[in-house]
Amino acid sequence: MNTDMLTAPSVDYMAILPLLIVAGAAVIGVIVETFAPRGARRTIQLFLAFGSLVAAFVALVSEAGLRSLEVEGAIAFDGPGMLLMGLILLASFVAAMLIAERQLDPAGDSFAPRASALPGSRDERELTARGYLQTEVWPLFLFAVLGMMLFVISNNLLMMFISLEVMSLPLYLLAGMARRRRLLSQEAAMKYFILGAFSSAFFLFGSALVYGFTGSVEFAAISDALAAQPGQTYLVIGGVGLISVGLLFKIGAVPFHQWVPDVYQGSPSAVTAFMAATVKVAAFGAILRIFYVAFGGLRWDWEILLWIIAGLTMVVGSIVAVVQTDIKRMIAYSSIAQAGFILMGVASATPEGLGASIFYLTAYAFTTLGIFAVIMIVRDGSGEAGRLSQWAGLGRRSPVVGAAFAIFMLSLAGIPLTSGFIAKFAVFSSALAVDQVIPVIIAVISSVIAAFFYGRVIVIMYFREPESDGATVTVPSAFTTLALAISVAVTVLLGVLPQPVLDLIEQAGVFIR
Amino acid sequence: MSPDHYILLSVVLFTIGTIGVLVRRNAIVVFMSIELMLNSANLAFVAFARMHGNLDGQVIAFFVMVVAAAEVVVGLAIIVALYRSRRSASIDEPNLLKY
Repeated sequence: MNTDMLTAPSVDYMAILPLLIVAGAAVIGVIVETFAPRGARRTIQLFLAFGSLVAAFVALVSEAGLRSLEVEGAIAFDGPGMLLMGLILLASFVAAMLIAERQLDPAGDSFAPRASALPGSRDERELTARGYLQTEVWPLFLFAVLGMMLFVISNNLLMMFISLEVMSLPLYLLAGMARRRRLLSQEAAMKYFILGAFSSAFFLFGSALVYGFTGSVEFAAISDALAAQPGQTYLVIGGVGLISVGLLFKIGAVPFHQWVPDVYQGSPSAVTAFMAATVKVAAFGAILRIFYVAFGGLRWDWEILLWIIAGLTMVVGSIVAVVQTDIKRMIAYSSIAQAGFILMGVASATPEGLGASIFYLTAYAFTTLGIFAVIMIVRDGSGEAGRLSQWAGLGRRSPVVGAAFAIFMLSLAGIPLTSGFIAKFAVFSSALAVDQVIPVIIAVISSVIAAFFYGRVIVIMYFREPESDGATVTVPSAFTTLALAISVAVTVLLGVLPQPVLDLIEQAGVFIR
Repeated sequence: MSPDHYILLSVVLFTIGTIGVLVRRNAIVVFMSIELMLNSANLAFVAFARMHGNLDGQVIAFFVMVVAAAEVVVGLAIIVALYRSRRSASIDEPNLLKY
């Protein structure tokens, strides 16, 4: 950079239109919270949220052929980036339906009437009695979506750090907003925040070290500098290691997974659905880009590390999930195991591995959204029925919901004719294509262990006598019903007719630099 | 003074911050340690910018300060909410979420 004069960067505003739409809607959402009358807020916020997601998706599709670096190379519009952005928008759309649900809880929605009111205080009771409902979740939701979209296309370390924070900060707050079991929710928010901030500090210091070694934060320049100076020093190895810690934390890979079960269990289920599905997509998008584009030249160093972490993640996630008695905790450990499977695609470091990871993320995102939609509507007198034993006999009493949940469990287990099977098949073959037999064997063993606890849920739902305090299915509004229907449809369609999506992924090609 | 000293100092500060997060139990102190880690990265960025003779590192330091400020807002909001409902800012005491 010339230090004498700074020239204004040239920005192609049409290209970044999808991002601008979501950012604009989020900012307008904040203004609406300040100035709009209380009664009108929900209508406006729903219109803004769904409208901006649809508009951003349309804008994204209309520029689907775009392959270029924008904003002075800070963001890269390329095939995988566009696909992941589209996936984030679609999954957020479904998650938004779950957040908009207002028919399940007799007191209103699933968010605290005022997040600052003390749990169990007179204040809170009064607010609840007056039917006070908050809509602050919507701007936070949109800012998180914006951060995720930026995260998968950011093309330098600074952009990646900022989008990481734009994505995470709203999620920390959303995690603490549950209407019921508020102490749990606040605890989840604090654990998520402390550990999340801790890991992003690692990411930042790693970026500083990489910048020190290469003299640039642009991915392409980093890659060139690494190729020019093949003798690796402690500086670059340390930098890549610290950056990996920050990113692996976000996907919940072992040994950085401790926050996952606590946060998944404590957060409001609609928020858990949102972050379980989309954060994983965004964080894997960032990991794929940074390892393939910036650190591609170091692959002999990080590959082995990623294989080991993938193996550990699959095994630990699957084994610990077996002993869980709470459904949300069980799904949390299962999502850790799923992250291990996706990491296999990343560690393959081939275009096939990239495609397999993206397909797996698509399958996983919609299955997860469906699972949490079911968790939201299975309730007892005090809210959602968390204990697995309360689900006994649910499949016989509510055949439709039971069948939907069984499909999701089968998909996560990787049974044929569901999306999970094709996804697992794709990552396993990408690993075998680079002669990694041992990770595949570990993956198959973990799949068998995982099949046990997924199967157990189905057994509990269909073949066990219901308990006295058993859960029942509450009839949801059209929002959750539609979200559930979309999730089931995607899970089955990707299992029966995966070819169009596989073609789309193949056409998308690889990352540009 | 050569930039090496500054980088060494930033590594020391980062280590102090990391140890602080791991051993201290008061949420505010833990949070301060995280801020120390972010600022040590800032110092490293600025020192490296000097070393490479480009401005990237200095510009990044400004961005990081803004992000750190936003993080303070969110973090203190969460810690204060937790303190008000529990009358303690310990990060060990909230232990309802386990197994």
